Amino acid sequence: MSADERILIKGNEAVAYAAVSAGCKCFFGYPITPQNEIPELLSRLLPENGGQFVQAESEVGSANMLLGAGACGVRAMTSTSGPGIDLMQEGISYMVGSEIPAVIVNMSRGGPGLGSIDASQGDYFQATRGGSHGAGRTFVLAPSTCQECYDMVQEAFDLAFKYRTPVLVLGDAIVGQIKEPVLRHPPVRQPDDKASAWCLEGMGERAPRLLKSVYLDDGALAARNEMLEAKYKAMRADVRSECVDVDDAELVVVAFGSMGRIARSAVQMARAAGHKVGLVRPQTLFPFPSDLLDSLAAQGKRFLVIEQNAGQMVDDVRLAIRHHGDADFYGVMPGIFVDAEELLTPILNCLGGVK
Amino acid sequence: MTQPAEKLVFAAPATLTPRLTHFCPGCHHGIGIRLVAEVLAEFGCIKESIGVASVGCSVFAYNYIDGDWLEAAHGRACATATGVKRARPDRIVYTYQGDGDLAAIGFNESMQAANRGEKITVIFVNNTIYGMTGGQMAPTSLEGQVTTTSPRGRNPQNEGLPLKMAELMGMLPGVAYSARCALDSVAHINAARKAVRKAFQVQFDRLGFGFVELLSSCPTNWHMTPLDANRRVGEEMIPYFPLGVYRDISEKAGA
Repeated sequence: MSADERILIKGNEAVAYAAVSAGCKCFFGYPITPQNEIPELLSRLLPENGGQFVQAESEVGSANMLLGAGACGVRAMTSTSGPGIDLMQEGISYMVGSEIPAVIVNMSRGGPGLGSIDASQGDYFQATRGGSHGAGRTFVLAPSTCQECYDMVQEAFDLAFKYRTPVLVLGDAIVGQIKEPVLRHPPVRQPDDKASAWCLEGMGERAPRLLKSVYLDDGALAARNEMLEAKYKAMRADVRSECVDVDDAELVVVAFGSMGRIARSAVQMARAAGHKVGLVRPQTLFPFPSDLLDSLAAQGKRFLVIEQNAGQMVDDVRLAIRHHGDADFYGVMPGIFVDAEELLTPILNCLGGVK
Repeated sequence: MTQPAEKLVFAAPATLTPRLTHFCPGCHHGIGIRLVAEVLAEFGCIKESIGVASVGCSVFAYNYIDGDWLEAAHGRACATATGVKRARPDRIVYTYQGDGDLAAIGFNESMQAANRGEKITVIFVNNTIYGMTGGQMAPTSLEGQVTTTSPRGRNPQNEGLPLKMAELMGMLPGVAYSARCALDSVAHINAARKAVRKAFQVQFDRLGFGFVELLSSCPTNWHMTPLDANRRVGEEMIPYFPLGVYRDISEKAGA
């Protein structure tokens, strides 16, 4: 089979194939639904491609193994679902603090607690606010299709090394389990080779290196955090959204991930019915496309945020457009599957078309 | 009258950085660190080594031993070292951990890495107490030992008995070498050096996980003079934590 042939695979499988194509050499993970196809496929693919697959004792273990491999400048990844991300927060915090690149995939599920294995967007706050103690942030990508799972996981490795940071890919049970044709292609960008300037490899003839997150001397931690904050700001260079029919839109629907693609269908149905509705689908959740939304709000457009939770990203939209107005919100509770027609009603309500 | 020629009989290994340690007077960490540095010098592998530091008094090992170092989260040194070794199987990877780190919060990571037979070396300093946080009860605190969190002494009915890590490690098939030594006398230190050497040798030979427990003193948190603390290692710790080799597959493997 040639590399550019489209194959019908689950989003989870697309993640695994993308990781291998992006040069991922180490995977550490622990079983959890709905992402098990990722470790299952990589347990076969990575050894075949000269890599290492380790089934860790827990997500605490896998995140800290990831830290070790990333510190060596090696492309490494883990995948899990919400409850596993909880346990990984420690490792994620240390990776942020020690500037260690890694890719972490969260095919999120319902919560709190054991919740459900159905799709949910309840992990938005956890993903975009850093999740762990100490004010760290991670880059967050949000795929909505199997093809985007493939493309974004490839890109996630580049971003991780570009910014020396853990990159979170926030999917959900829908995008992980759905099957779609995926075009497998070589990575678009060249691998970033700058890791040789900082990674651990044994000191050889150079000075020893230390990767750490503890800064106890007077002013040292403040300086460290100022550097990290500057990095979070610099990440805005890679902010990205999909915009559909926003130019003449009176109402802009904002939705991400699986809900973003359902909302796109609903927006197209509203368009077909003659309503001036558009869609902004943030593909990066951190950095968030605040400038784009601000400029759209400045044009007098109104906003409806649709999420599969009780309202999380809506906070970021409201912050982005705060100089011009406010946003409406429509939430679908985790565990409920909606189709485009069901999202058409809140859109028409927002337009004043249906009461 | 001619001066007798100076003869150097004892020198610091080049792998030990010329820096004063932060350890308290009478603490045995300095000896443990020195033993690791000596063995790395003896093997001539410092340039290919990657150390993984833990959390506690042991964390600043990276200030004293040369080479590349990575700082792990509390208890996770064996998981982090797993990641390092899997990424760079051609490097010598080791951890230096205390008892709270390895045997309490990191018990699972430590035992699982050992059971997987990770080709890493783990140096475990057991001083029966949390040093850096100020003298709380450790998983290795002895029965009746008074600490800031066991003010009436460790009560087995309430807190259980101290964990014997060298024995536990010795039961795991992934472990190539497990030994317990003490740092309270010259004879014991010499034996400890041989054990540390063996724990690295099994990594060089790719036989499995190398583990050495070093019984050590903590005069500050034991509220003892350095001499009394040193005596406690022999009089109270060794009877409960017997010295010896609990697993060694290197001879069977002909190494």
